Amino acid sequence: MMTSQKPSIELNSDTVTNILVVGIGGQGVMTAADVLSQAALALGYDVKKTEVAGMAQRGGVVTSHVRFGKQVLSPAIKPGDADMMIAFEPAEALRWHTHMKSGAVVMVNDYPLIPPVVSIGLYEYPDNPLGQLANDSVELHHFNAGEAAIELGDRRLVNSIMLGAIADHLPFSPEILEQALLARFQRKGEALTELNRRAFTLGRQAFIQVDSLATA
Amino acid sequence: MNAPQPVQQDQRQFISGNEAVAQAARDAGCSVASAYPGTPSTEILEFIAAYPEIYTEWSINEKVSLEVAIGASLAGSRALCAMKHVGVNVASDALMTQTLIGAVGGLVLVVADDVGLSSSQNEQDSRYWGRFAHIPVLEPADAQEAYEMTRLAFGLSEQYDVPVMIRLTTRICHVKGVVVCSKPDIYQRKNFTKDPARYVMVPGNAKKRIPLMMERDRQLSLLSEEHPLNRMDAGIDNSIGFVTSGAAYFHVKEAYPDAPVFKLGLSHPAPVEKLRQFSATVDKLIVAEEVEPLLETELRAAGIPLYGKDILPRIGELSPQVLTPSIDKLQGKPSQEVAIDTTGLFPRPPTLCVACPHLGIYYCLSHIKNTIIAGDIGCYTLGAGHPWNALDTTISMGASLSVAQGIDKGRSEADQNKNILAVIGDSTFMHMGMQGLLDITYNKGNVTVLLLDNRAVGMTGGQNAPSSGLNIHGEATLQVDFRKLCEALGVKPERIHEVNPYELPTLFKALREEVKIKEPSVIITNQPCVLTERYSKLPPLKVDEDRCTGCSNCLDVGCPAILVSRKESVIKPNGREKELSFVNIDTAACTGCNLCTNTCAPDAIVPAFNVDKINAVEVK
Repeated sequence: MMTSQKPSIELNSDTVTNILVVGIGGQGVMTAADVLSQAALALGYDVKKTEVAGMAQRGGVVTSHVRFGKQVLSPAIKPGDADMMIAFEPAEALRWHTHMKSGAVVMVNDYPLIPPVVSIGLYEYPDNPLGQLANDSVELHHFNAGEAAIELGDRRLVNSIMLGAIADHLPFSPEILEQALLARFQRKGEALTELNRRAFTLGRQAFIQVDSLATA
Repeated sequence: MNAPQPVQQDQRQFISGNEAVAQAARDAGCSVASAYPGTPSTEILEFIAAYPEIYTEWSINEKVSLEVAIGASLAGSRALCAMKHVGVNVASDALMTQTLIGAVGGLVLVVADDVGLSSSQNEQDSRYWGRFAHIPVLEPADAQEAYEMTRLAFGLSEQYDVPVMIRLTTRICHVKGVVVCSKPDIYQRKNFTKDPARYVMVPGNAKKRIPLMMERDRQLSLLSEEHPLNRMDAGIDNSIGFVTSGAAYFHVKEAYPDAPVFKLGLSHPAPVEKLRQFSATVDKLIVAEEVEPLLETELRAAGIPLYGKDILPRIGELSPQVLTPSIDKLQGKPSQEVAIDTTGLFPRPPTLCVACPHLGIYYCLSHIKNTIIAGDIGCYTLGAGHPWNALDTTISMGASLSVAQGIDKGRSEADQNKNILAVIGDSTFMHMGMQGLLDITYNKGNVTVLLLDNRAVGMTGGQNAPSSGLNIHGEATLQVDFRKLCEALGVKPERIHEVNPYELPTLFKALREEVKIKEPSVIITNQPCVLTERYSKLPPLKVDEDRCTGCSNCLDVGCPAILVSRKESVIKPNGREKELSFVNIDTAACTGCNLCTNTCAPDAIVPAFNVDKINAVEVK
């Protein structure tokens, strides 16, 4: 297990970092991807961000591809090329797992969301999606960001928590990401900024706790 | 949408292709911009609307929209009109003649093709329209190019006296990238000058304009041969070379960094002679274009040997992982294709929203027998899906009414007792549905029309329309009176009903009565889209588990907040097995519309006052 100081993704001048953000419409997937992009932009990188959303505004699959580096060409991440995945839902993590590089960091919000087609019995939710992901050669982390957001008072805080959770895995400092996140809320008042700062910090801590539990 | 902040030149911004087009329109001195909302083009006008110096409007359809831009151009202003690919079909009548007239102020038509059909009824290649209408086509490959080419298009339009098309695709419209703006133009508006020989396209005048258009084609071809937007990226391995345009350019560069690439920015007319020279420098020439083999066909006709759609797919988007297996095969290399394994994983199909006013309509339609229901384009097209399965056709904007009229007139003896219905939303009705209703009344059709008025263009994000009573800026304006409108279109006043779609008994009664009467009738629903500010939430509901009998009637509503909590099989008195579905309600999502309570015989759906806040169902 790694410590929070050492970034998982090494960046040199020629590499492009590929981050996949996956989840469900309404969870803040695109916002999280935007924050990551803004952080990379602030560091002077070329950045491209693309979504595969379809008619997904309400409850559909949302996948956001963030690519940054010296020069980014195609906006979409190829299967097998993602350095990191931030998954807002376990089955969604499983849906995109073939996009991951060997050794990629996979951060999962262990808070399943069941669509009506599963609830009424047309389809089945996979048995133990995290267990299936663990078979891949990836560095899998998971914790219940959904519960944590509810405890903080608003389920929409999930994306700030998830961003906090991956902040120590990026090829730039967590503070850069935090600044990019909080910049979004500055116009919306101090209270909301503070709440998201807490969510981000909680995400960082939750991840560290998960890590130490896993190594214990 | 938040108003974009004023942008400084040379500042690196992270924006989408749609926003880049909007900024370019502003920096080019465009003063009139019009559109009808449509994915993936919608945000272009939303961004432009934030610039007070540009007159902006949601037009009622794409033809009207283009004609507004045409008028503005003839009046001497720079004008932009944006639409999705199917919109050009509607606008084409104006386009095909305007090309003979040309442009006074720069006239730019921005077309966004939904390659891959993320939210459209078909997949079309709008570059065809460029060829058909004899107008130049610019194809940006990313947001920065969308900015630069839109800037350039206005001047090109004025210089060559021609409307100019910017062809975008979803991968340009919605992809964000780094964009740097350049110094704005100071455009001096011209005045309207009477010139009937040019602007009045009667046969005598139009005939004289056609040779001018042909000469313009020739001039544009010469321009294309020399234009810096059509350029070659030298490679280090000439075994294959590419001709490409738009989003495909970066996919090619990503997958084949060593190959020479001829990139077309001004893709029509194509620089055929330059491409002929390029083809001679590579062993195998591959044309990588999305959707139709247009360049391919033109280059083949010019005698240039190449590979194109014979090895690459003709539908959907290109990408590195789509290009590589086909081209590896061409080169005799073993393919390194990575399969995407999602086998067995459940889908998350799009659904109508919690408390959507269309839910009640589809609940009723799925419970009325002996119907043929013609549908239309909008959120309510989802009524074709689970659990309602309530639509029999969906074709084009406004087609529900006219197709229903045709079904009525063309039905066989066996279908004489069927009830023919049409389902259409408010914005679609105004876009192209009114004519269909007039056709029904004029030609004595027998169609029951459901006009779902939710006061907004819901599917594209709740934009305003004449049904909203608000303009693009949210300012008060005319609000169309559908009852009066339908009366004016010939429907008898007693055949027009305005109903609350959350009141199922009223809705059923109106529907059952009107389908029996053999003349045109219209049932108008009157509750707003739940995603707009007009909608106000009510206290949420819950299920009293002791009272729920598992009948599953409420599941037929199709509200995404109603979820099955457990299933149970029972043997009924007649000996048959029946599966019961006990439900609960996602109280955090429920807005208390009470539609489902209408369907619950044991009154098990009750106010949720003291229920703990739940956000979603946990997997056991």
